[in-house]
Amino acid sequence: MERELEYQKMKKVLALDSSGLVASVAIVEGNGFESCLLAEYTVNYKKTHSQTLLPMLDEIVQMTELELDTIDAIAVAAGPGSFTGLRIGSATAKGLGLALEKPLVAVPTLDGLAYNLCGTEKIICPLMDARRNQVYTGIYEFSRGLLRRIEPPMAVDIQEIAEKLCALQRDVIFLGDGVPVYRHRLTEILLTELHAAGKYHEYAPAHLNRQRAGSIGTLALQYMREGKLETAAEHQPDYLRLSQAERERAEQERARQGEAP
Amino acid sequence: MEDKKDVLILAIESSCDETAAAVVKNGREVLSNVISSQIALHTLYGGVVPEIASRKHIEKINYVIKEALDQAGVTLKDLDAVGVTYGPGLVGALLVGVAEAKAISYAAKLPLVGVHHIEGHISANYIENKDLEPPFICLVVSGGHTHLVTVRDYGVYEILGRTRDDAAGEAFDKVARAIGLGYPGGPKIDKVSKEGDPDAVHFPRAKVEDAPYDFSFSGVKSAVLNHLNGCRMKGEEIVQADIAASFQKAVCEVLVSHAMDAVRDQGIRKLALAGGVASNSTLRRMMQEACEREKTAFYRPSPILCTDNAAMIGAAAYYEYRKGVRHGLDLNAVPNLRLGER
Repeated sequence: MERELEYQKMKKVLALDSSGLVASVAIVEGNGFESCLLAEYTVNYKKTHSQTLLPMLDEIVQMTELELDTIDAIAVAAGPGSFTGLRIGSATAKGLGLALEKPLVAVPTLDGLAYNLCGTEKIICPLMDARRNQVYTGIYEFSRGLLRRIEPPMAVDIQEIAEKLCALQRDVIFLGDGVPVYRHRLTEILLTELHAAGKYHEYAPAHLNRQRAGSIGTLALQYMREGKLETAAEHQPDYLRLSQAERERAEQERARQGEAP
Repeated sequence: MEDKKDVLILAIESSCDETAAAVVKNGREVLSNVISSQIALHTLYGGVVPEIASRKHIEKINYVIKEALDQAGVTLKDLDAVGVTYGPGLVGALLVGVAEAKAISYAAKLPLVGVHHIEGHISANYIENKDLEPPFICLVVSGGHTHLVTVRDYGVYEILGRTRDDAAGEAFDKVARAIGLGYPGGPKIDKVSKEGDPDAVHFPRAKVEDAPYDFSFSGVKSAVLNHLNGCRMKGEEIVQADIAASFQKAVCEVLVSHAMDAVRDQGIRKLALAGGVASNSTLRRMMQEACEREKTAFYRPSPILCTDNAAMIGAAAYYEYRKGVRHGLDLNAVPNLRLGER
């Protein structure tokens, strides 16, 4: 009974994604039956998120005459992504949460990206350029309208994720800012194995192939019904990678232990 | 001018390795001053690691702000403005405080005042010295900065001299590492020097040609390294305390003589110390003695206000706020922001 009520209750979220080159903000409203994107502002242009994110949010808040204290939660793309970009989104969400006394919903960036392609029968492979010859990636599918992880978020080289895809022997659709970087390599690897098995790969079109705060907000509505909320104070990004200094220190530590008898 | 009620400012500071928040009343009364230090963490790496510092800021910031509000016994509704350090400093670290402060200011409908980190250090002097007003001479010495400044008015600075190479605090850190004291160098050298002979070794007191107020500390640092090498070659014992005390004396003498030159030349008989190195006990003592000789009023913040903190940012923000300075939602972190720039 209680659960059913929770399912019917209309909720409103502010959503932010500054995990990559795209800055995106949205206001999404909905319950378990229906949802509606009230506003979304997405810019894929080289300008510092620090300067753009909050003015963009202010713009859609004014456009929709939103009273900030009527929102139920603040959703944020919580990583992986650019370390600095993640922190700009995270600190913005934490500040809003603190001032408005509202909870946060942390949506994994790759889940948010995959959710752009809601409804596809193909498996979805978001690729974010992670530098150092790696991508942040995962493998997803939609099953009865719900996003399901086949492979959870990871930082790997393109060969490794391509091999996992080949092993699945299913049609696959790629998206994300890693696509332009690895398109050629992917085609080479997949053509031989995947295509030989009669399965094909394609790339998502322009309006769906980058981070969209609308997706973060819509997924957040689902997370809220599942009770996946955080306090603004406890929230921090999930970087999926240690800092360089920590990595090097761990390597030295391992080397030292390796030398010891 | 309306003779309005008190002005309460929430201030946030995250430019390096301290996550700090404070509530300050009328620029001079500290209602709370909360600092979450990361020193222990960075000690593992022998210095501040920017990425680790930034991650720690995100982890702590809301707790620190809430604690500051609670200790002051206020809520956001009681405040008049939010002040935040937007430079200079580590860009990733600054961005956490700036994004957080902007979001709070936006959601709580409070004016936002961006503050220069060094202006904060200088303004730390207002907190405990209710009588201190510009103009005065200020020597700002920290791990990242060495500036000799005339404070003409609130927020109006004339830079007389700056370091040409290492900041004073940086030289302390490097020498501390070289003699095996480790990080953070300033407090460690200060402590061990108490056991040493400051006249054991004569290290150079550098002057910069044609710029009498400028500093150079790379020479004295190299002299320490050369001295250490010399000792090792000759198989002489290295007395850590003596080297530390001698190095400290060399640096402090230069700082004091430049500051007193400025006092005399500018005809301003008020001198203030600021920045992390301002808590060095030898520097405080030598500067006090020099000021007494020169009949100059000497001001210095308590050590807790010398280190990076947000109370000083609140003090600086207050005077900016009174002048009508407001920053927009597009305020960015400026890692190399210069003093007096807006």
